Amino acid sequence: MKRVIKTRRLVLLAIIVLPFAVAWAEYADVVINMQAEDKGMSPVIFPHWFHRVRFQCSVCHVDIGFKTKAGASGITMDKISQGQYCGACHNGEIAWSAENCDFCHSGTPGLETGVEGGHKTAGPGYY
Amino acid sequence: MISLRARAMTIIGLLVSVLAVFVHAAVAQDNPNAFNRLMKPPSERNAPPESDGIHDPTADGTLMLQPPQESFAGLPKSRSGNYVNWSEAIENGQLAPRSDLHNPDAQAIVLDLNIIREVKGSMPDVVYPHKQHTQWLDCSNCHPAIFIPMKGANQISMASILMGEKCGVCHGKVAFPVSECRRCHSKPKPMDQP
Repeated sequence: MKRVIKTRRLVLLAIIVLPFAVAWAEYADVVINMQAEDKGMSPVIFPHWFHRVRFQCSVCHVDIGFKTKAGASGITMDKISQGQYCGACHNGEIAWSAENCDFCHSGTPGLETGVEGGHKTAGPGYY
Repeated sequence: MISLRARAMTIIGLLVSVLAVFVHAAVAQDNPNAFNRLMKPPSERNAPPESDGIHDPTADGTLMLQPPQESFAGLPKSRSGNYVNWSEAIENGQLAPRSDLHNPDAQAIVLDLNIIREVKGSMPDVVYPHKQHTQWLDCSNCHPAIFIPMKGANQISMASILMGEKCGVCHGKVAFPVSECRRCHSKPKPMDQP
């Protein structure tokens, strides 16, 4: 019951705050929703800024093998639990484990896969 | 059963939120010709996850995430992107992102080599610094897929960059955007040029 009230308060807070806040996603946040919502989870928001503070681009984009195009890597929870992609770090050793579903799957439902916060073009750049 | 207090709070909350929607609508309609209607004022930069428009503010996980401003507080500023000058942060030692997944002491191989690209028109020529790029990237991030490592072999245009090719693979998405003209176009043409 306490949880219900807490959730209700959050919803109210959101209703009060949202009309005032314009949607300004942090630069280079990536929405990953190739499969998440189809499988009943919220979309994933990947914050580039948080990760680049700790690791160079090449660690993920060369060593781990993330493509530099949103939606192109084919990330699945199976691969993550086998230590690929996010699972290379999010294994409870280098970073918190993938059991914390809602840290990543925290996106607003309905978002499309792509890079947020940057400039938008109609070409292949609109990943 | 929900307690009386909780019910009262819920009702008050609902009333306030309905009021908030109306007040907001009134403010927005107040002056349609307001200056900088779509420009982000400094107070709204680096919004915390719960109000950034893409995180679900009702999800428990959202509230666990670090707000960007907490991380960026002491870092050198820039005028766009994350509003952080990432290269300067490495240069002055405030950030030391690891270059290896498992070895925190591994050092990246940094190449200090500037490439000058002469450009058409009156725009200053482009100085491409390998140094700042290799502090983040491995050679294979760019060569040979994005840039052929040979002088004169790469056709680059602002149009292709805006379409997400060449420099635009990163610049405009994760590295500073192309609105920062002079950070690349930084070598003035000689004054006596015809």
